[in-house]
Amino acid sequence: MEKTKEVLNIVVVGHVDHGKSTVIGRLLYDTKSLPEGAIDRVKRIAKEKGKPFEYAYLLDAFEEEQKQGITIDTTQLQFRTEKRDYVIIDAPGHKEFLKNMISGAASAEAALLIIDANEGIQEQSKRHGYILSLLGIQKAYVLVNKMDLIDYSEEKFNAIKQEMNEFLNSLHVYPLKYIPVSAFHGENITLPSEKMPWYKGEPVLKALDLFEKDKGLAGKPLRFPIQDVYKFDDRRIIAGRIEAGTLQVGDEILISPSNKVTKIKSIEYWADKDKKNKAIAGMSVGITVEDEFFNKRGEFISHNYDAPITSDTFKVSLFWMGKQDLVKNKEYKLKLATQEVECEVYAITKVIDATTLENIEHASCAKTNDVAEVRIKTKGKICFDEFKNNQTTGRFVIVDGYDVCGGGIVTGLAEETQRTSRLVKHTDEILINCFDEQYYILAEGGVKRIEGRPHTFTIGDIIPSIGATYEYPENFNVLDLESNLVGIVRKSKLQDIIVFTNYEYDAIPFIESKGLSLRLTSQEEFQSFRIDLEKLQHGEGVQIASFANKWFNFMKFKQIRYVTAIKSLEIEYQI
Amino acid sequence: MDHLDRLEAQSIFILREAYKKFGKLGMLWSIGKDSTVMLWLAKKAFFGHCPFPFIHVDTTHKIPEMIAFRDRMAKEYNVELIVHKNEEALQAGMGPDKGRLVCCKALKTDGLQQVVTKYEFEGLILGIRRDEEGSRSKERVFSERNKDSEWDYTNQAPELWDQFKTDFPKGNHIRVHPILHWNEMDIWTYIERENIELVDLYFAKNGKRYRSLGCAPCTGQIDSNAVTVAEIIEELKNTKVGERAGRAQDQEDSYAMQKLRKDGYM
Repeated sequence: MEKTKEVLNIVVVGHVDHGKSTVIGRLLYDTKSLPEGAIDRVKRIAKEKGKPFEYAYLLDAFEEEQKQGITIDTTQLQFRTEKRDYVIIDAPGHKEFLKNMISGAASAEAALLIIDANEGIQEQSKRHGYILSLLGIQKAYVLVNKMDLIDYSEEKFNAIKQEMNEFLNSLHVYPLKYIPVSAFHGENITLPSEKMPWYKGEPVLKALDLFEKDKGLAGKPLRFPIQDVYKFDDRRIIAGRIEAGTLQVGDEILISPSNKVTKIKSIEYWADKDKKNKAIAGMSVGITVEDEFFNKRGEFISHNYDAPITSDTFKVSLFWMGKQDLVKNKEYKLKLATQEVECEVYAITKVIDATTLENIEHASCAKTNDVAEVRIKTKGKICFDEFKNNQTTGRFVIVDGYDVCGGGIVTGLAEETQRTSRLVKHTDEILINCFDEQYYILAEGGVKRIEGRPHTFTIGDIIPSIGATYEYPENFNVLDLESNLVGIVRKSKLQDIIVFTNYEYDAIPFIESKGLSLRLTSQEEFQSFRIDLEKLQHGEGVQIASFANKWFNFMKFKQIRYVTAIKSLEIEYQI
Repeated sequence: MDHLDRLEAQSIFILREAYKKFGKLGMLWSIGKDSTVMLWLAKKAFFGHCPFPFIHVDTTHKIPEMIAFRDRMAKEYNVELIVHKNEEALQAGMGPDKGRLVCCKALKTDGLQQVVTKYEFEGLILGIRRDEEGSRSKERVFSERNKDSEWDYTNQAPELWDQFKTDFPKGNHIRVHPILHWNEMDIWTYIERENIELVDLYFAKNGKRYRSLGCAPCTGQIDSNAVTVAEIIEELKNTKVGERAGRAQDQEDSYAMQKLRKDGYM
């Protein structure tokens, strides 16, 4: 029986005093999960303190917590139902202890968000909702607690439900259930409440068993960050935990970012029963490889057809817990999987008040408890994935001095400071995307435009007319529909930039600035195009979509290539 | 992977982080079941080697079988063993008759502090578990202590995504807790699965056995007829009594453990 045991980690969050610890205490009590004497001990403490009995004391073990009646730090407790075992993580609801709430919530797979029926939605109800979305916890129930204080009113319950649902949905958190409870009185905790016959759903205990556990990460692309390299005896063992995917003896592997390729020779073991040829996500293993390169902690082992992203700049969403503000151009340490690297924030795009979702105008720093979108530059390239593709290799913490002060998720690669390439002649400038690549990403099931490395081309420069997914003729023109400027490319060099109205039709192919071919094959078409363009620019009854459908031809000089995943956005120009 | 595989993998990950991060690292070995499981996990983590010393803080009040088992196992597992006693306190006649908490503080907490200072440990691995008692349930995996081994428990560092606290001022040290997430039943089912040898005080003789091991004067036995690991597991499934009910120091005060541990107790 023990062998097939399933464990689900659930965090309980919500505003201070809304009853998180009480819900858990009551669950433990009602399921008889407490050792003998625990309730007596709490009764004794309540008496000593001259306070009424509190289920919360079962979790709030610190004297300071019991005296003040608040949870300071997170606790983990275990209990079981017939279906499976649970680790219940109690999280503090006080704003001052947000870092402890995050420490607890970070290891959860599902969440219960508690709202006091009488007080309604408060600041931390929302902030905790936001943190859940950042941590990638998508399975959540909302418990509307203290229903006894509002006479078990269905109407008030529905009002809270609607308001909270609107807020959470805007964060892409979609609670699976809303459950009205009174934890102190045990209503709708283990048994359906007789006080709320209008509620047709399950009580909390039954609902917990309905959370579906995530499938493991064994089916994802292999991510094996090197934790250490051991040479205790004649074996040279690369040790670490497989964060995603599966590895097997004989597999050809790529070590990033150093880009070395070798094969797995063996999976090492001490106890004979641990001998194996295959290892999966979650296992802490040690391997030997055929070619003994110099390997070091932090490098990622993957299969070469499914490599992680390697870059030194990227976009992130993060929450800040530091006493000192998060500022630009200051040196921090970033820890992602087993990598540790100096980094700095070079742009703060957005700072968000997590309780209103409003952007803080012109914010130049993120303060404690803020949520921010920033761009990070690391000293040297590191390996990672976008969080949405792989949670374990898409999240990181930031250390300021001695302390972990921030946690975040990678949302994508950052455009470099100069975002797009340009054609330039004196003060005339055309922004171009015609040298970007188009890939169909099999892992994502869609086409993505991958920007080439931004570059400024001046008169006489050779331009990259052949890319991985496009091929322009050696003579062509680039028309910028906004500025009406034309870049003249002859023999693959930028020859001139002129105004479109001065251009005489000469049968040389035209593309617009994103690389879409223009259907201009005769003098007549050229004239007709000019008229349409003028109408479009002056808003005279020509819609951009019909204009595009009439004049653009995507596939003329471009093709879409299929790739498993994006390894890196850096595309080498063929110059 | 089953439940025990996952627990084991996480513990090994933690041990390896500690070994990578701390130049001066030691593991506390109390001879009990939990730290003996940790010894086993260390052998697995480091492929048969134990790259750091094992420390036993000897109060001299331990049950004699524990000492015999300690010396035999240290040889069999080929580990470096540091045994330390707070000689000064012992010469002054320290014992539980001076008060249980006073005795624990002197012989265990202060004894441990002396080891940390003497060997300049940056990391100490301890086999505590969250389900043991309240103050341990609030612990971090990597938990900082100041130069006097004090625990600032109302202001603990954030710990998320297995990114542990590895930056701290010189003189402080980190308590590393590789089996914090295990419970008592996990320990026993793992011992059964891996066939780990334990001191035989855990197994019943004449209708009594130890469920938790400590110093002889302060550790009580429970009524039991369990003479094998399998029988102990069966017994635990049906018990309602807390694991540490037989440990006298826990019962001295509602916050006894919190107070002891704030000062650097295990």
